[in-house]
Amino acid sequence: MFEIINKTKIAPDVYRLEIAAPLIAKKFKAGQFIVLRPLDTSERVPLTIMKTDPQAGTITLIVKAIGLSTRQLCTLEKGQAVADLLGPLGKPSEIEKYGTVVIVGGGVGTAVAFAVAQSLKEAGNRIITISGSRDKSFVILEDDLREISDELIMATDDGSYGVKGFVTEYLKGLYARGEKIDRVIAAGPLPMMRFISDITREHKTPTVVSLNPIMVDGIGMCGGCRALVGGKIVFVCVDGPEFDAHQVDFDSLMRRNNAYRGIEQEKEHACKLEAEIEAVQHDQ
Amino acid sequence: MTNNPLPLKERMQIQRHSMPAQLPQERVENFNEVNQGFSLELAREEAQRCLQCKDAPCSQGCPVHVHIPDFIDQILADNMLGAADAILQDNLLPAVCGRVCPQEKFCESQCILGKKGQSVAIGSLERFTADSTAADRAARPQGELPAPTGKKVALIGSGPSSLACAGDLIRFGHAVTVYEALHAFGGVLIYGIPEFRLPKSIVAYEVDVLRRLGVKFEKNVVIGKTLTLNELFDDQGYDAVFIGAGAGLPNFLGIPGEELIGIYSSNELLTRVNLMKAYQKEAITPIFDFKDKVVAVFGAGNTALDSARTALRLGAKDVHIIYRRSEEEMPARHEEVEHAKEEGVQFTFLAAPLEFLDNGEGWLKGVRLQRMQLGEPDASGRRRPLPVEGSEFTLDLDLAVIAIGNGSNPLLRDAPELQFTRRGTLEVNPQSLQTAKQGVYAGGDIVTGGATVISAMGAGRQAAQSIHDYLSQL
Repeated sequence: MFEIINKTKIAPDVYRLEIAAPLIAKKFKAGQFIVLRPLDTSERVPLTIMKTDPQAGTITLIVKAIGLSTRQLCTLEKGQAVADLLGPLGKPSEIEKYGTVVIVGGGVGTAVAFAVAQSLKEAGNRIITISGSRDKSFVILEDDLREISDELIMATDDGSYGVKGFVTEYLKGLYARGEKIDRVIAAGPLPMMRFISDITREHKTPTVVSLNPIMVDGIGMCGGCRALVGGKIVFVCVDGPEFDAHQVDFDSLMRRNNAYRGIEQEKEHACKLEAEIEAVQHDQ
Repeated sequence: MTNNPLPLKERMQIQRHSMPAQLPQERVENFNEVNQGFSLELAREEAQRCLQCKDAPCSQGCPVHVHIPDFIDQILADNMLGAADAILQDNLLPAVCGRVCPQEKFCESQCILGKKGQSVAIGSLERFTADSTAADRAARPQGELPAPTGKKVALIGSGPSSLACAGDLIRFGHAVTVYEALHAFGGVLIYGIPEFRLPKSIVAYEVDVLRRLGVKFEKNVVIGKTLTLNELFDDQGYDAVFIGAGAGLPNFLGIPGEELIGIYSSNELLTRVNLMKAYQKEAITPIFDFKDKVVAVFGAGNTALDSARTALRLGAKDVHIIYRRSEEEMPARHEEVEHAKEEGVQFTFLAAPLEFLDNGEGWLKGVRLQRMQLGEPDASGRRRPLPVEGSEFTLDLDLAVIAIGNGSNPLLRDAPELQFTRRGTLEVNPQSLQTAKQGVYAGGDIVTGGATVISAMGAGRQAAQSIHDYLSQL
């Protein structure tokens, strides 16, 4: 069950995983996510799906080994299986022929941005993709994005690859050059999505963001992934993950996503200490 | 015929035996089960109190009609397996029900002894019977099942209604598969009810009983997403489906400040602690630091009490239950209220929250409350709480838990043909529990909204009978 069919390191601490999950591969629609547990002792981690291969029965995930559980996931090798994998969860992205759609992807958010862009392309939209990375080493999915984009802007913060600067500048640039933008889709770090949302609000461009809150069950039970959208409580796992960017309260979402930062750092510290003690004992 | 050695008069002179429990000051330091269970001696003496009423009002009061006098009589005959079998006829989860059923509202409320004094401790005897025979029941060969009917039934969710439904369907000879979305089986018994009230090993044992009978359990499948209802029939070849998907998203108070950090829904707190084991040092799922904190829990049902007592065990200094009605209206199980009081949970009745207060950094620092008074009875038959003007006051808090009930599970709402009430619960025929879609039945919280384990089990059994009748006509 849920065997890792392929694993490739595509950037520092970032892996592309292809996992056998035939039922999910068959059902997946762009914008949806899965919840997985790498090991039987891990927490439940929500991850967006980049793409699926219904024939092969596999799904492709882009994972950054950033927390305890994503690191556990990335230590699994090809041929090993993840303990649990549930999906596809959440509502699919709304796919219509809008005209020109700008897709903005940052970090591992690029994975879901790709999925949505691909579906929008198939629906006959003109796709302009802006992909942002910290530097050259973190550039991911360029070939995939190029294939589905009518125009692709690869930006790095330091200019070590593609053009230099933040994705927001290049979105502004599109407006400045008189581009008629019918819709913007943004997926990436919350600050990035908020800045994109601020820009498109001025231009009254309908904008959708894919939210990534802390989640536990992912099936509409615990209420942990709640967010404020339009002043009302929504549950990202069942009402989302995509929402009208101009209605999202990014401040409270950012606070909620950081709520456990101190506790997790302590846990990691304790884990490292234990590992070190074990190593010392092992040496003796 | 009875195995009771005592004449009626003497039986009535024995006082009800209370359940041995961990001492309050010890148990708030651990997550081990509070109740320790009857010894054989206690069970025998308690069983002797039963009057063996011919019309068994206790059975009438039980949602699944366990033959209570029969199983108690078997205890007196020293035939524990016989006692277990007398329960198992009607209830496949005796170790669970003996622990979490609100007996004072069901069987024990009908006990004749209770009219003048104290009812027989039926729940404690049920628990004793289940626990004392667990090893023997696991070791003995399964009884003969009827020849397979060739019919397949899918059950959605692995909570109490599905487990009860599965137990009956497999004994009718149908092939049964239970689909669970989470990574562990038992539904609310696993993610909702804490270890100190219902050890998870007990739930695993009960699931294994069903597995040995031939019920198949599939995790990581969410019906409505991984597979649709129609696919269960068309692609997977099921002849009937039971929906026991349980309660859904938690209700919130709808007051300002509810988005502050430090406020959990009871579902989230309990899921982190129970399903994800966040109380264990080695667990990876994080939880807020409760050590020496002041915590308020809003609500007064079992979930509120479970949340309050969990907070104490996580190290909270002060835990308040805040309820807008009075103690009399509390929906929680009586024993849990008593246990919570013994453990030091503080109760503030007739107070309702108006606003959560921000510490300036997005974290909770307190709550503004208002005193209430009780007016005329409302639709629920309970007296309606009304605000007392000018009675606002503030309580300093570090953490809060909102435990005011759930909506219904939203995942199947898009399924064609099913019909939902305005509250979001599934519409069913009250007799057959059939939904608007032929061959699809439903029971438990997804139909009733938040209720009890035993009512869900009753519905599961009722649906099993309807499904069996339906399949017999195919």
